[in-house]
Amino acid sequence: MKARVTVTLKTGVLDPQGKAIEGALKSLGIDGVGAVRQGKIFDIELAGADKAAAEAALKTACEKLLANTVIENYRVEIGA
Amino acid sequence: MKAAVITFPGSNREGDVAKALKQAGATVAHVWHADTTLPAGTDLVVLPGGFSYGDYLRTGAIAGRANIMDATRAHAERGGYVLGICNGFQIVCEAGLLPGILMRNADLKFVCKRQHLTVERADTPYANAYAKGQVIDVCIAHGEGNYIADSDTLARLEGEGLVAFRYADAQGAVTAEANPNGSLNNIAGIYSPKLNVLGLMPHPENLIDSLTGGTDGRGMFESLMGGRKAA
Repeated sequence: MKARVTVTLKTGVLDPQGKAIEGALKSLGIDGVGAVRQGKIFDIELAGADKAAAEAALKTACEKLLANTVIENYRVEIGA
Repeated sequence: MKAAVITFPGSNREGDVAKALKQAGATVAHVWHADTTLPAGTDLVVLPGGFSYGDYLRTGAIAGRANIMDATRAHAERGGYVLGICNGFQIVCEAGLLPGILMRNADLKFVCKRQHLTVERADTPYANAYAKGQVIDVCIAHGEGNYIADSDTLARLEGEGLVAFRYADAQGAVTAEANPNGSLNNIAGIYSPKLNVLGLMPHPENLIDSLTGGTDGRGMFESLMGGRKAA
């Protein structure tokens, strides 16, 4: 089983890296670029086939390590 | 005073802080991050500067979950002293010993320079050799020193007087121009509610000898030697 965890900054948290990327995209002349916020994606391979258990384990992983919930939100998606 | 300086993969100022502690009269043990216990009788745990685990994931995130951090947390809960400097500040925040987080500097640049701080209070185990409001000249060297906390946490820190040091100019004025990294309220360091845990971005351990430019950092280590024994 495979899972994807997406970690993004909470709304309102300043993102200087996103701002710099936004500036770089604009300086490349790419049309229509508005605000840019950057984040992280973790592709995780899982043993077992129990989706509910996997989701619970990944939620724990996010709370304990993958995200800092002071500033970040996370989303867990379980694939096939 | 018995100090335990923790070394993580990527720590790089553990020698400097050990030198500062010994100069002030402490005995120093070096402890590896994978150990599960602190040496018997440890009064002070020091988490030094550096780039633990290459700053992978988030600065201090992986070190904050290292084996030795369980023992460090228990030590802090007993009232023992824990000092996190630079990467150590990032680690104690990630380990939940202090609130908030250190984010990328607002201007995205690594900053390495001399920096003035105001001593916000001098009635603590870490600052009793200074005077309240004193301006000290130390140094900073970090890319992620931008202290952020939610508004309730910030209000609590300010309301309970838990801000230890602020970035200031040479006259002690706390201004936006003197803020090197965008930290809220120019915060350079904070205490836990019981004042036994201190996290700060600047490096007092690098200003302990006039040979290397100044001695304003000595006060922190001398303060600790005068403090009560930890539980």
